[in-house]
Amino acid sequence: MATPAIELDHVTKIYRRYSGRQFATLKSALLQRSIVKDLSKSETFPALVDVSFSVPKGCTYGVIGRNGSGKSTALKLVAGITKPTEGRVTVNGRISALIELGAGFHPEISGRENVFINGIMLGLSKKEIEHRFDEIVEFAELEEFIDAPVKTYSSGMYMRLGFAVAIHVDPDVLLVDEVLAVGDEGFTHKCLDKFAEFRRRGKTILLVTHSLGLVERFCDEAIWIDEGRAQGHGDPKRIVGAYLTAVEKNEETQLATETARAVAAVSAAPEPPPEPARPETAQPEGELRDMFQAVEGRWGSREIEITHVALHDQHGQPAHVFHTGDPMSIHLTVQAQRPATDFVFGVSLFNVDGVCCYGTNTFIEQMDPQRLEGEAEVTFAIDSLDLVEGTYKLDVAVHNCDGYPYDYHRLLYTFRVKSRTPDTGIYRPKHRWSFKGAVEFKPPTS
Amino acid sequence: MLSNLANLVRYRGLIQSLVTRELKARYRGSVLGFLWSFINPLLLLSIYTFVFTKVIPNRNELAQPYAVFMFCGILPWNWFSSSLMEASGSLVCGGNLIKKVLFPAEILPLVNVLANMVHFFLGLTILIAFLVYYQHWPDLAGLIWFPVVVAVQLVFTAAMSLFLAALTVHYRDIRDLLSNLLMLWFFATPIIYPWQDKNVQIYRWVFQLNPFTHLAVSYQEILFFRGPVGQATWLLGLGAGSIVLFLAAYWFFDRLRDSFAEAV
Repeated sequence: MATPAIELDHVTKIYRRYSGRQFATLKSALLQRSIVKDLSKSETFPALVDVSFSVPKGCTYGVIGRNGSGKSTALKLVAGITKPTEGRVTVNGRISALIELGAGFHPEISGRENVFINGIMLGLSKKEIEHRFDEIVEFAELEEFIDAPVKTYSSGMYMRLGFAVAIHVDPDVLLVDEVLAVGDEGFTHKCLDKFAEFRRRGKTILLVTHSLGLVERFCDEAIWIDEGRAQGHGDPKRIVGAYLTAVEKNEETQLATETARAVAAVSAAPEPPPEPARPETAQPEGELRDMFQAVEGRWGSREIEITHVALHDQHGQPAHVFHTGDPMSIHLTVQAQRPATDFVFGVSLFNVDGVCCYGTNTFIEQMDPQRLEGEAEVTFAIDSLDLVEGTYKLDVAVHNCDGYPYDYHRLLYTFRVKSRTPDTGIYRPKHRWSFKGAVEFKPPTS
Repeated sequence: MLSNLANLVRYRGLIQSLVTRELKARYRGSVLGFLWSFINPLLLLSIYTFVFTKVIPNRNELAQPYAVFMFCGILPWNWFSSSLMEASGSLVCGGNLIKKVLFPAEILPLVNVLANMVHFFLGLTILIAFLVYYQHWPDLAGLIWFPVVVAVQLVFTAAMSLFLAALTVHYRDIRDLLSNLLMLWFFATPIIYPWQDKNVQIYRWVFQLNPFTHLAVSYQEILFFRGPVGQATWLLGLGAGSIVLFLAAYWFFDRLRDSFAEAV
């Protein structure tokens, strides 16, 4: 195979944590060309650890990862703006980096002059710029304002001009750092078209982005970096999938902690006086009123106590993150102080706006209570969680048929529903589209 | 290091346009614009003339007309001191460029030096106008030394600027210290008093340690006193020293280069 366009070979980049101490660093910078070499571990911060990857010529390569994972550091290393602390970075061909657009613009002078200076900075000759000048201005959609000082530009205009210059450098390797959010819809499309043109002409693109859809659609390969380490590279679909799983796992832990904290807070607090009998018979008006006092809390006489609440996924494992359409079950462990004959179990789901998405209880579903003694388990199983993406909160309660609360847990349990489709609303009915007549859609791109 | 130095030649187009930008941007938005480059030295010279002929007349016979004498030293000094002040802050101010664009950082201080050199030349026209006004003709044969003294000052200033720019990235204190040091240096240089003064001649060897003495005296000998350019040997020595100093400063700058993007 031909030489790769970009190659990172066991690259480690260590930054200095900011501290007042500077004397040792100047000496080491002079003697060892590194300002981190003789600093102790607590004074440094590894941004990238032993990362290797290589991008073949003509490949569009995606870099994904959480904020602060080291993506941008990797890009800066490739651009040559910083040097690796260890390892080697090799790039073949002219680079243009869309890292900070219009970084060299001087606010006082005109757009025209800035295009020239910026272009020269990025490695073009004066002649080349003259040649492409009209194209650049047209791309930036700034024909009218090109002779005005750049300080009068809006931030969108500024970015567009910076983008236009950078992309007209005609590099062999284009580095893009999350700059597609520069303009309006139309401009973004133009940028994507330009990238597609680059691809067709066999140029190499390194794309750092949070837009996973873009990576899947656009990239031939991808790498996922987390906490400075490469977590995997290869097929973008697979990498994005792995990344999403990890994000979910992380959310899972966060939600678990959040829930545990909420439960602990209300359980530790002195029990509020039992509220006046609330009509928990779930008449619409009753639910509506609840919605407006959507404060988390716990109350009730505890004659029957909900000792534990768990959400389980399809494998019966406790979970806090679910996918639209997945099964979910709510498990309540209840403990009756003495045998009871009058009890109702209730469950309702709220979205973040406090809108009740669904609420029900055993009473309105006409289940007649007979006996509850000692510890018991209650399971509310949902076959298909047909909610759109979002964060939801859960009410669980046990009370008597008149609404007198034994134990009411208000909005204490949080779970998240994930979806690959950005549809809106609350509820996603199971659905499919069908057409008659001359209606055609392109088959989905792989 | 040498390849980097050679690279600098490749970037001359950029240096040129950055100098132009620097000059254009300086007066952008002012009514008189570029004329200020002439008006400023003109006003300065008028003030000196007024002060030293009317308020506190300077009767030093070695240096008459005094304002013109003084101006011969002040113009190059301004070039030197402004360059150093601006260059020392150049990497810190241009931090955005260094961090985001692959760009030889030494261009920034050098651009400051060159932009100030252009101002020096513009100021020179005012000096010439005054020399004509006072009918004070310098020795024409001595004028061939003028490009030499300018070249020596350019190399010397560039060397100092590179050194200070690199150091200021790590020690921001320099910028504050520098203005005071420059003030001291100004008074320690025969600019507002003539070198030939007998009080100065007593401490001759101390003054000779000051590199700017040779520059200032050379300018005075070329432009003001009617030859001979007695300082020429010293000047050539300083030129050789400046080249060595420049290479040393460039080495220093080059070694610290990798730390700029992180320390800025």
